[in-house]
Amino acid sequence: MRKLLWVGWMCWVSGVGAGEMARVPAGRFVPLANSVDPVRVAAFRMDRLPVTNAEFLEFVKANPEWRKGAVRAVFADEGYLRHWAGPLELGDAAPPDRPVTSVSWFAARAYAEWRGKRLPTVAEWERAASLTPEAEARARVLAWYAEPLRFPLPAVGSTPANEAGIRDLHGLIWEWVEDFDAISVTSRAADGDRPSPFFCGGGAAGVADPSDYAAFLRYAFRGSLSATHTVAGLGFRCARDEENTP
Amino acid sequence: MLLGLGGFGCGNATVELPVERAVLTPPPRVPAPIERDHPARVVVDLEVVEKTMRLADGVEYMFWTFGGTVPGSFIRVREGDRVEFNLHNHPDNKLPHNIDLHAVTGPGGGAAASFTAPGQSSRFEFTARHPGLFVYHCATQPVGLHVANGMYGLILVEPKAGLPEVDREYYVMQSEFYTRGAYGEEGDQPFSMDKAVREQPDYVVFNGAVGALMDERALTAKTGETVRLFVGNGGPNLASSFHVIGEIFDKVYIEAGDRVNHHVQTTTVPPGGATIVEFGVETPGTFLLVDHALFRAFHKGTLGMLKVEGPENPVVFQPGEVGPEERRAPRVPSESAPAPTPPPLEGALEESMRRGKKVYAASCLPCHQADGTGMARVFPPLAASDYLMEDLDRAVDIVIRGKRGEIVVNGETYNQVMTPQNLTDRQIADVMNYVTRSWGNAGEEVFGPGRVREVRESGKERGR
Repeated sequence: MRKLLWVGWMCWVSGVGAGEMARVPAGRFVPLANSVDPVRVAAFRMDRLPVTNAEFLEFVKANPEWRKGAVRAVFADEGYLRHWAGPLELGDAAPPDRPVTSVSWFAARAYAEWRGKRLPTVAEWERAASLTPEAEARARVLAWYAEPLRFPLPAVGSTPANEAGIRDLHGLIWEWVEDFDAISVTSRAADGDRPSPFFCGGGAAGVADPSDYAAFLRYAFRGSLSATHTVAGLGFRCARDEENTP
Repeated sequence: MLLGLGGFGCGNATVELPVERAVLTPPPRVPAPIERDHPARVVVDLEVVEKTMRLADGVEYMFWTFGGTVPGSFIRVREGDRVEFNLHNHPDNKLPHNIDLHAVTGPGGGAAASFTAPGQSSRFEFTARHPGLFVYHCATQPVGLHVANGMYGLILVEPKAGLPEVDREYYVMQSEFYTRGAYGEEGDQPFSMDKAVREQPDYVVFNGAVGALMDERALTAKTGETVRLFVGNGGPNLASSFHVIGEIFDKVYIEAGDRVNHHVQTTTVPPGGATIVEFGVETPGTFLLVDHALFRAFHKGTLGMLKVEGPENPVVFQPGEVGPEERRAPRVPSESAPAPTPPPLEGALEESMRRGKKVYAASCLPCHQADGTGMARVFPPLAASDYLMEDLDRAVDIVIRGKRGEIVVNGETYNQVMTPQNLTDRQIADVMNYVTRSWGNAGEEVFGPGRVREVRESGKERGR
């Protein structure tokens, strides 16, 4: 019975389509901090679901230099794919239908390129995320971080689709973006006279919406990363320019 | 190797210091006083752990912690020490964190330099220039949220001359929690942003949980000893009016600086601030730690205990003519046989009484006392109480709706106000099972939530 359900579920997910993309119409995105001028975001395509362990396994089968244990230290730290059982073996903590996590920015980028895609930008990711009703998105994120991270993670597609038919932007994992380091969240004396909005009392000054805790968490999270970092709750999905898609 | 050479240069600031690893302690423990008479290079390793723990009986909360406890590990260094601080963010954590130590002179108190993704570590160094007791906390946005989830602790920078010798040192930190459910509502309780913004917590506690310093976890001392409490306030929002019932602080290091005040009853501890208090304990008994903003102590869990053992000291305190012995004597009607033996305790009843004891400690004990004897002429006794046992419906009703006006208990007249207790039907049933079978009461009725609900509803019908 349980197996039957699982098979049924897999059919539904493949109905959504592994790697299948949704169109995100052109729109505006208001950055949380530093500049609150709206940024125009052109229409683009985005994966409906985060990249799964199964999909990432195909990638490392075709690209031995990205296998666990083989990847160079300049491209990923020692936690790379740490929930996988082996270089070509997923194991109990990383079932095929779960999002791949503990991958570096370099690895995520290489995967996207191999698929003929790219990582979304912060602006694109936030634009897509804004297509979930705000109250729902905030509630889901706040409920998510109150739960400990348990492995295996829930399957991709386990949260409701937003207006564009995209799932799991909130409440499953964090996701890499191309320009994750675009907004500096640290402040040094050399950076100028304004304290960083990401620490302490700087918080309320110069941000678009001080009550958007979910956005604060995402920005702080991105700001804490380096490109080689691998984090147990951090995966990714791919994007593509509008004109490249038929 | 160049080791040791730096120290010989004239006027060279980089003197080689002996290296030692800081001993960190979970609350309420404090590391031993520092014996050194010279500075050292002190290495601190502190790990951030996000974990679900008990906030109150039956209530779980996802805490973010420094070192796995709330408040975080106590750190003790000496004025002039060079501190190498290593912050580790556990690989299974969901969020980046950092640390702002109020003992640090430098940008953000170390916040930017210690900003650390899950699975990573960071390092910075500082010189402990100012002696005192300082709060540390996470300063990652949203800061209020990180602090509301438990990310604070204390670091003591001992003055070069050391602190005066005492017999006991303890670590106590007040803070509040904002949960979706009301006080005592069971299950996993997520953070309520709405309550936090309105600054209306359901829990205001010492050391991270209701009852963290009660009963078998109480602080202890012996008569004749001197006790020092390192008291901090993590907030995030409420100032504490810190008070120990039945004690007067011989010394208060005001705001944990070096000015000492004497003979203090209650001292203010602001969020993000601390104080050090010292007092001799001369008489035995249970002394309650409270925030003297009393509704917090009564309804939100701001209670701790200091249990002092030793001989009575009538010079310091002597009970009046209504002595404890007289009040404790069970009132068995003289013509009857000895009180009937209570029926054997079944597992469920035993369990209920065990829970009831905790409800009692959190809600009833400040007035009615640990042994149920109350306070002469002020708070009526529950121990061997004729008023309690002659009408149990009335007793349940008083817990639910409170009571004011004159009553006669064991021949004494009392005229006080008891506030309605914000307890669930089950909690009331548990506390009734406990109280009616303790301290000389020989209750036979077993209470359950259904029975309490009946009283609650019949009270409504009566329009009370």
